[in-house]
Amino acid sequence: MSRLAYIGFFIAALFILAAIFAPLVATHDVTAQNLAIRYGAPSAEHWFGTDSLGRDVFSRVVFGARISLEVGIIVVTVSSVIGVIVGSIAGFYGGLIDRILSGYVFNVFMAFPGLLLAIALVAFLGAGLGKLILALCVIGWVGYARVMRGQVLKVREYDFVQAARALGAGSFRILKTHILPNAIQPLIVQASLGMAGAVMSEASLSFLGLGIPPPAPSWGTMIEESRSFDILYNAPHVLLFPGLAIALTVLSFNFIGDGLREYLDPKQRRR
Amino acid sequence: MKFKIFRFARTVGLTLLVIWTVVSLVTLVIELVPGEPATTILGETATQEQIENFNHKHGLDRPAFFISYSSSNGLTWNGVDNRYVDYWAGLLHGDLGTSFRTDRPVLDMILERYPSTIELALAAMVIAVCIGIPLGVVAGTHKNSLTDNFASFIALLGISLPTFVIGPLLVYVFAVKLGWFSPTGSANPEDIVLPAVTLGAALSAIITRMVRSSVIEELGEDYVRTARAKGLSERTVVYKHVLKNGLIPVVTILGLQLGVLLAGAIITEKIFSWQGLGLLLLEDGIGKRDYRLVQGCVLVISVTYILANSLTDFVYRRLDPRIRLS
Repeated sequence: MSRLAYIGFFIAALFILAAIFAPLVATHDVTAQNLAIRYGAPSAEHWFGTDSLGRDVFSRVVFGARISLEVGIIVVTVSSVIGVIVGSIAGFYGGLIDRILSGYVFNVFMAFPGLLLAIALVAFLGAGLGKLILALCVIGWVGYARVMRGQVLKVREYDFVQAARALGAGSFRILKTHILPNAIQPLIVQASLGMAGAVMSEASLSFLGLGIPPPAPSWGTMIEESRSFDILYNAPHVLLFPGLAIALTVLSFNFIGDGLREYLDPKQRRR
Repeated sequence: MKFKIFRFARTVGLTLLVIWTVVSLVTLVIELVPGEPATTILGETATQEQIENFNHKHGLDRPAFFISYSSSNGLTWNGVDNRYVDYWAGLLHGDLGTSFRTDRPVLDMILERYPSTIELALAAMVIAVCIGIPLGVVAGTHKNSLTDNFASFIALLGISLPTFVIGPLLVYVFAVKLGWFSPTGSANPEDIVLPAVTLGAALSAIITRMVRSSVIEELGEDYVRTARAKGLSERTVVYKHVLKNGLIPVVTILGLQLGVLLAGAIITEKIFSWQGLGLLLLEDGIGKRDYRLVQGCVLVISVTYILANSLTDFVYRRLDPRIRLS
């Protein structure tokens, strides 16, 4: 696998560990305010400085990893499961079901700007972690379904599937034990890229004030809070560190996704 | 010819079907929102009479769909006399309804803001092309050199950094520190630069990567060897021959990205208080719970997106005969 993919794994592992052990890694209480030390520059006491309310930016970034990765993992899991089920049904049964699903339903969801749909959903449902996850799943599952459908269409023509059918295996058994294990590989790539997308979308929605409400330390919310002229002028680090955290997380999962794609499909290796 | 007409009809049909679904979905979600718009807009202190007036004015006293359900009456058939049909009848006359807050036609409010968003998206696209194509060509012609790695790194940054990080960073450097531009608003003509760069950053990164890989691919083609054998300078080979073929995928990406830019403009507009459609949706629509306005904005943005995609597909087929044949 490419060097970039290893770098991706390393950074992602770092963030995942930080998220799991957040209470141990964080040096301060994330909501503790102390106006006496607001806009503090990075120092030995506050590694990433303090924000406009005197909260420790490092601890907030660490706990922010928890929110981002939690949202990412749930969204990727739920939408890939839905996508695999719908995609397999479309690919395996074909016919009218496939024409409705891939010809109409998939097109509708693909033809719509994802972020706009998420914004509209959250706007009507109200802000909150659960609703945010729901909105991201609604826009997320189609990608998996399309990949899965294509894979199933390909794999179901293979000889061993025909053999299993000739031996009298039922549809469900063929799907489960013969097709799925052979069709799942590109899904792993999709999931890795989807993780990057979900982290980005969560931050975007939180930035727009439609995600996780403050004072929860979501990276998007932190950036939203830091972009007033006042804070930018006095304490640009309040913007910089959560921004870097988002960029590194997104980058690492993109590296992993690209690396896995090249590894799983040598034909696509970069020239 | 017959086949062509059939396919055209199918594309148009599918586009209309998608638009219908989008409108219906948005309407459905709005109807499912708990709470009365009247009390949200007029406040808790509104009298019964005010609420009735409000509901009557906006047609909220009429059934929402063909079928309604209440625990006392069970399922009732309302016929065509319902809000969903009203909305469609209005749409076909170019009427997006009246804003709950300002009592102005939603279409007017949208048309006021739409040009700013288009302007921003086009400016972003111009910037993305001006950065992406030269960078991609340099990277592609100097494959695996230091320049290539540098260009690829910049491109990677552009893809990974979200707009809401790039935007404030640009504001910090160019408005707060250097004072070249104003941090928000659109009072001066040069105020479009920062928002356009912010919005176009990701696209320029995508274009750089595409141009790079297509330049590398085209450089290996036979016609390039022929051109070189004729004694043409490397510059002519790259810019006259390679780029002409290498740019076809870029055209597609530009078309597809126009929609992405329009949707992405929501975030950029918020960062820079750019008075476009996105800000209208966020602040006047969602912020003030003006659902009719939200409905209108979502509809207009998604229809633009869908049309941009369909048009791109059409142009792409014209440009590259290989796609038409396969």
